[in-house]
Amino acid sequence: MAFEWSEFRRGVIDILPVVTAAVPIGLLFGTLAAAKGIAPTEAVLMSASVFAGAAQFVAVDLWTNPAPVLLLTLTVFIVNIRHVLMGVSFARHMGRFPPAVRPLAMFFLVDENWAFAERRALAGPLPPAYWWGMGIAMWIQWVFGTALGAFLGRSLGNPAAFGFDFAFTATFICILVGFCRTWRTGAVLASSGSAAALAKLTVPGAWYIAIGGLAGVAVAYLLAGEAGAREAEAEL
Amino acid sequence: MSAGYVTELAIAGMAVATYLTRVSGLYLMRFMKVEGRTKAALDAVPPAILMAVIAPVAFATGPAETAAAVVTAIAALRLPLIVAVIIGVASVVALRHLFGS
Repeated sequence: MAFEWSEFRRGVIDILPVVTAAVPIGLLFGTLAAAKGIAPTEAVLMSASVFAGAAQFVAVDLWTNPAPVLLLTLTVFIVNIRHVLMGVSFARHMGRFPPAVRPLAMFFLVDENWAFAERRALAGPLPPAYWWGMGIAMWIQWVFGTALGAFLGRSLGNPAAFGFDFAFTATFICILVGFCRTWRTGAVLASSGSAAALAKLTVPGAWYIAIGGLAGVAVAYLLAGEAGAREAEAEL
Repeated sequence: MSAGYVTELAIAGMAVATYLTRVSGLYLMRFMKVEGRTKAALDAVPPAILMAVIAPVAFATGPAETAAAVVTAIAALRLPLIVAVIIGVASVVALRHLFGS
């Protein structure tokens, strides 16, 4: 089958607003890494191989010299534990991906790409080229943004001043709205939102996403069981 | 000289840890029957995770962020994504100014 360039282009175009909003974040990351004494080449290597914004910010915050290898590895694992849930859900939409490239495709499992892909999968099978388009655009942006920040090494000010930090929240809210279709989703959102907010305020570290996500999934599981039982009763 | 080596080791550890979280879903799927309650639970993953990601900013940061989140959600009901995001970002800047945060 020929590579679907039109889908690749569509992926790049869909993710472009996110890429644009992420440029100052990449620059900021490179700058912070440089301030912690991480060499520019090492910061770029980290962005290219880890490719996970939130985890990298947390890691750089914890960074000391020499680097606490075990603490960093473990912390990054915890911050990224949400990927496990995301990956299980995403794997269901990989029917059109050749099995051999699936492990490589999982490397691009970034919150933003994944959210767009799940939204696209609501309408029909996910075209692999759409995924590659988003993933490669995001990766190039993240690596080059880091490089610019690290090599220029100057403070670029606080992205919050321009509302860039809110662009990610706003993007996720917009995608989230598309998932709200039944009252059960409302119950899922209420439980995951309150659990995550509560965990953020009470549990140190970055557990809140996993805690909130699990709370929402658990509620969906329980509600489905109840509905299934009711349907079974109705059949009797 | 050893500091450089330790840095590379830390980066490798972070990269492997992250990739493991990303790829594990692919293999966990093989042991799951996607039907009934399991399907309902998996269908809830995107909204549950997205909500968990935004909740601290939307509900536990400040009045400006909470109000801007509501504005964004309302805009997203009617408008294309990019327009709603721009409205959301503009409103957070205005509201932060208003609330003095």
